[in-house]
Amino acid sequence: MTISIDPQKTNSESLQPKGWLRYFSFSLDHKVIGIQYLVCGFLFYLIGGTLASAIRIELASPMSDFMPRDVYNQVLTLHGTIMIFLWIVPVVNGAFGNYLIPFYVGARDMAFPRLNAVAFWLIPPSGLMLVASYFVEGAAQAGWTAYPPLSITTPQSGQIIWILSVLLLGGSSIFGGINFIATIIKLRRPGLKLMQLPMYCWAMLGTSLLVVLSTPVLAGTLILLSFDIIANTGFFNPVLGGNVVVYQHLFWFYSHPAVYIMVLPAFGLVSEILPVHARKPLFGYTTMVFSIMGIVVLGLVVWAHHMFTSGTPPWMRLFFTIATAFIAVPTGIKFFNWVATLWGGKISINSAMLFSCGFIINFVFGGITGVALAQVPFDIHVHDTYFVVAHFHYIVYGGTVFIIFSSIYHWFPKVTGKMLNEKLGILHFIITFIGFNLCFAPQHWLGLNGMPRRVAEYDPQFQFVNQISSLGALLMALSTIPFLINVFLSVRNGKDAGDNPWNALTPEWLTSSPPPVENWEGEAPLVEEPYGYGKEISEQNKNI
Amino acid sequence: MLNKNIYLILIISLVFAISFWIGFNVNLLPAEASINAPIYDELFKILFIIGLIIFIGMTIAVIYSLFKFRKRNDQIGDGIALEGNLSLEIVWTIIPSIIVLLIGLYSYNIYDRMGGMKELNHNHEMMTSNTEKIWAGISQTSENEIAINNLSIEVSAMQFAFLFNYPKGNFISGELHVPVDQKVSMKMESKDVIHAFWVPEFRIKQDIIPGQPTILNFTPTKVGKYPIICAELCGPYHGGMRASIIVEEESDYNEWFNKNKKPEVNL
Repeated sequence: MTISIDPQKTNSESLQPKGWLRYFSFSLDHKVIGIQYLVCGFLFYLIGGTLASAIRIELASPMSDFMPRDVYNQVLTLHGTIMIFLWIVPVVNGAFGNYLIPFYVGARDMAFPRLNAVAFWLIPPSGLMLVASYFVEGAAQAGWTAYPPLSITTPQSGQIIWILSVLLLGGSSIFGGINFIATIIKLRRPGLKLMQLPMYCWAMLGTSLLVVLSTPVLAGTLILLSFDIIANTGFFNPVLGGNVVVYQHLFWFYSHPAVYIMVLPAFGLVSEILPVHARKPLFGYTTMVFSIMGIVVLGLVVWAHHMFTSGTPPWMRLFFTIATAFIAVPTGIKFFNWVATLWGGKISINSAMLFSCGFIINFVFGGITGVALAQVPFDIHVHDTYFVVAHFHYIVYGGTVFIIFSSIYHWFPKVTGKMLNEKLGILHFIITFIGFNLCFAPQHWLGLNGMPRRVAEYDPQFQFVNQISSLGALLMALSTIPFLINVFLSVRNGKDAGDNPWNALTPEWLTSSPPPVENWEGEAPLVEEPYGYGKEISEQNKNI
Repeated sequence: MLNKNIYLILIISLVFAISFWIGFNVNLLPAEASINAPIYDELFKILFIIGLIIFIGMTIAVIYSLFKFRKRNDQIGDGIALEGNLSLEIVWTIIPSIIVLLIGLYSYNIYDRMGGMKELNHNHEMMTSNTEKIWAGISQTSENEIAINNLSIEVSAMQFAFLFNYPKGNFISGELHVPVDQKVSMKMESKDVIHAFWVPEFRIKQDIIPGQPTILNFTPTKVGKYPIICAELCGPYHGGMRASIIVEEESDYNEWFNKNKKPEVNL
């Protein structure tokens, strides 16, 4: 008997679920994968945020009274790991990268769509595994840095699950990085030159280079660490002649570039958002490109500034001081350029713009404390204190997370075809900005005056300032409510956005909202001037 | 145009004035109790003032732009098509480079004054019996000074306590007693995981690493009791891993030392 197969059915496209179900499928569409990254990342952000709230409740009193001490260490380990590997890295790279990069290079999808889907689908299981490790024998409790020998001597199952999970997430990140490099270099529409690409492409190219160069080092290090834990090898175990400082070098060889993996894409995103809402070209395109590449190169040679109080020889401390401080130069150029982009514009004060400006202010603050921390004599007093905690939250929350929200307000109309409510958006910004600064600014003082990080109990003289900080954390938690209400209301009943509500010039706005499966009905447009505001091209665009 | 420049100069001077005022009048640091502390605080003050100038300046620029260049309701069209300004970009590349370089050189000078750049003396009595590699913390003693220094203490750290061994007196104490205005040399070793020795009032910190002894030298300058805090996550009771350093007059110290001193055991 012969079975006749409907030729339609052999097309894998028609086997893909339609509608909202496609977000739960192994979809190969870069836009679906981008949204999968974003929503999955946001769910983990809620988990990580809940853990942060638990930490701030514990620290509202000087005694260890809210949860057992070992659970507290598990909570801070999970908080750091989730926020870095499951929220910020996947969202600024995976979510926005997947959604935007094919549009920006004029392609119909990423270079390797299947690898792309694999990269995403590694994340939910490894994330769930990480969270579930709490219910086995307790989650990892050596901090997100997992320094041996502590990570070797704490309960093994949690630490091993942590390593497995981070390895899978690192693999996902490498797959993504390879895909972005291939897409940006090889899939550009004919006629589109590299120096005509929107800035986010350059940021993602730089970030992906860092991912591909440094993540394998972390993977190798963690595999050695897992041997030490389960096979009693002695790579890092001092009892067996191992060296704990070597682990720190290897770990930070990845984990300092990881900071740039978290902030460079945000630099790219804000470079897309500011020109649109300020109605001005991005100031200094060429210097922006060179400063991104400068950050990539310098970012690879600064790792030992995390180890100024470990055993490092004096010359090394000096070298890493100078190298680290010099990152401030290309970074500073970018901030001056953004302010110059605003200068003389016709700025719409909306949620996306406010979050971007909040980012500039917060990040400048975090950058200044960063230059201070790079100085060995300065760092020796505040290393491993709340000063450092405050500093890096100014970078990754005040910086990157502000840009994630700004980007959601900016691209929501593209993804859904609906506008977000501006009043709720501005309310969200105000509560987040106040809550964030109230939470983290006082922590600088705590660190300077003697409160180390990762403690469940502290000197009672710090109680009042810690309570201010906890109040700020409460506001940050509350700020999620107007945001979620806004998203749910707007998806259903939001104002129709049209195809290009912001009159933007970058290619993703030159198609319908939401875009069709292969991005454009016809040929991909050739956008030679993505920032041509105030020029003829901008006027023409309006007439379309 | 002239008017505009005057306003700009006025605002910049005001930012500088405010930053200097805050830098000199707001003290964010704990008491100074070692010869390191005033050196550290000098660096802190300079970095604080430079940081304030940049932060206040940038914040004013952002808020001013948002206000001045906001889109009015009757406005249509775009802003000016200004794509860059090479001389301006060169200026804000070179000036930050110079500032960063000067800060780097200055902090090198500070670090040198703290003794961080000095070569280690491997003939120090405390280390003669050891051939293992010893890593430097801040060492504010020169080679000659360290040789004649007679106050050396061996610190061992473990989950979750510090123990201080006084080899000269042949006893171990849970509290660190030191005489004021005398150089103290410590050799530190961990029995289990990584710990760190931190005295905020002294502005010093050094990790205590299993398998790799570290040394830390300091000179207390103020009589009093200060906390010794473990700054490296070392397990569930990390937050409770604290000890005290008691800086006292030399006579008080000698009295305490002689009280605890044990006779040498000859084998």
